[in-house]
Amino acid sequence: MNTDTPSDYLYVKLRQLTPIPLSVDFTCGKNELIVLVGPSGSGKTTLLRSIAGLHHVSEAIIKVAEEIWCDSQQKLFRPARQRRAGFVFQHYALFPHLTVARNIALAIPGKEKSRSQQEIDRILALVNLQGMDQRYPGQLSGGQQQRVALARALARDPALLLLDEPFSAVDMVTRRKLRRELVRIRQQLNIPIIFVTHDLDEAYMLADRLFIIHEGRLLQNGYPADVLARPASARVAHLLDLNNIFKARIKSHDRGRKITLLQWGDTTLECSINERFSPDESVDWVIPPDSIILHRVDRPSQGERENPVDGIIEQCLSLGENTSITVRLEGQASRLSFNVPTHVARRNKLAELFPIRVSLLASAIHLMSPGE
Amino acid sequence: MDWQTVFLSFKLAFLTMLILLPAGILISRLLAYQRFHGRALVLTCIVLPLVLPPTVLGFYLLHAFSEQVAIGHWYQQLTGHSLIFTFDGLLLASVLFNLPFAVIPMQRAFASIPADIREAAWCCGLSNLRTFWQIELPLAWPGILAALILVFAHTLGEFGVVLMIGGNIPGETRTAAIAIYDYLQVLNNSAAGKLSALLLLLSFTSIVLINVLNSRMRHNEYRHSI
Repeated sequence: MNTDTPSDYLYVKLRQLTPIPLSVDFTCGKNELIVLVGPSGSGKTTLLRSIAGLHHVSEAIIKVAEEIWCDSQQKLFRPARQRRAGFVFQHYALFPHLTVARNIALAIPGKEKSRSQQEIDRILALVNLQGMDQRYPGQLSGGQQQRVALARALARDPALLLLDEPFSAVDMVTRRKLRRELVRIRQQLNIPIIFVTHDLDEAYMLADRLFIIHEGRLLQNGYPADVLARPASARVAHLLDLNNIFKARIKSHDRGRKITLLQWGDTTLECSINERFSPDESVDWVIPPDSIILHRVDRPSQGERENPVDGIIEQCLSLGENTSITVRLEGQASRLSFNVPTHVARRNKLAELFPIRVSLLASAIHLMSPGE
Repeated sequence: MDWQTVFLSFKLAFLTMLILLPAGILISRLLAYQRFHGRALVLTCIVLPLVLPPTVLGFYLLHAFSEQVAIGHWYQQLTGHSLIFTFDGLLLASVLFNLPFAVIPMQRAFASIPADIREAAWCCGLSNLRTFWQIELPLAWPGILAALILVFAHTLGEFGVVLMIGGNIPGETRTAAIAIYDYLQVLNNSAAGKLSALLLLLSFTSIVLINVLNSRMRHNEYRHSI
């Protein structure tokens, strides 16, 4: 994580109502890798295209390294060709009639041939494509095409790198390889990277900062671990694919024990004190699945006394190493779901309709303002 | 073989093609990439000659070219001769009549270039002109070439408009298609047969070439979709 560089190398402010609503403000540090996550149609790609100059936003300010790329108030709009933004398209958009070398050469500024050949060799080495320069895009695999697209984006000596779901069209093995490559390559770059993806695992793996975007608005931004543990709202939690999101009421705060008591249906839960909410206030709360502890049948386990709740196993699905358990809780309309290692599920003879007791770790219960 | 009519037909076809190469590219590119008011009307006007009887088009052009009307008058002032019954008038009519044969395939060729390929060119720092020369033109080229062959073949075979605008003046407006009709009128079957065979051969070759180019375009589209 690079937190020592100024965080306002890139400044973006965008407002528009049509064709899709967009209302975002953010800054980005020079070495930062931002991952944009959100459902289809949330505005991720439009945001990226606006920065690149491929989409015209009615109200916009885009500033990169003291250069103003767009300022709608001053009626300033630099077209894409005048913005030094490296853009990697979802389907690569390589020029099919040109060789790899020509694809890259077109993006290299200046016309000096010998310099540009050296530059092509350097960039091809950077993306691990030595010896491929005379091939045509149609003769390359998906992963190789992706590397050419990245090489071409870097050839322009960009001030900023924009990647629009770059790994979505390749198989899982290639995707993993390309992710590692990107992490390696970014160490040699000194520019911000904005990366759009649907894949949450990819987002957690790559992001310095995670942006959750929905209906054109930035719902939350922060370090991936923070966003995951403390989503700003139930909507963010849903978008992060967190399943255990519930509604409750604040019962009281106990400053002495540093806990807040939650009334959740018939159950009272304890969680870390959070005085942002006052007693009687409604809240949403979420708990990550790894903070739901199964009580073993044979012997008690750690954390057993924290928020014990009883229920009946409604669904028990063995998914390779892990088994996914869904529990219908006593006195609750909602379901709790979590994973246990399959060998644990077997040892405890977990099966549908079996009674079960779990503990909800108090420190992991996160309270949020109630959503709609 | 009546080489004078063959030469005239080729000259007309070649010059029509030469004029429609830049004009067709300009119009088809505009129609493929720009959304503007009146686009549908422009498209309709361009396609109109496809369905209009050549005599109807000929009738209107005849009027437009007459010295009482602005175009014809202006041309007369400029060059000292009329557009009617001259090669120049024939060429202008031929260009108008061939617009759909040039514009429609070219438009298809430009429209088939994926939008992100042009955007990638801009993101590489290429100007609109360089994007046109280095990206759009090479990718659309098979379609453009097919359009030109179609125009060439179609001009060689055009009869109605030529007859109405050009009449039948040897060396000036008497094309091969007109000559065939003329020979048949005077029962010169052998001359009509030779010219007919030549036109048949040319038309056949043109269609084969167009098919080859079209399959090349499809191949390109496939490569884009990879």
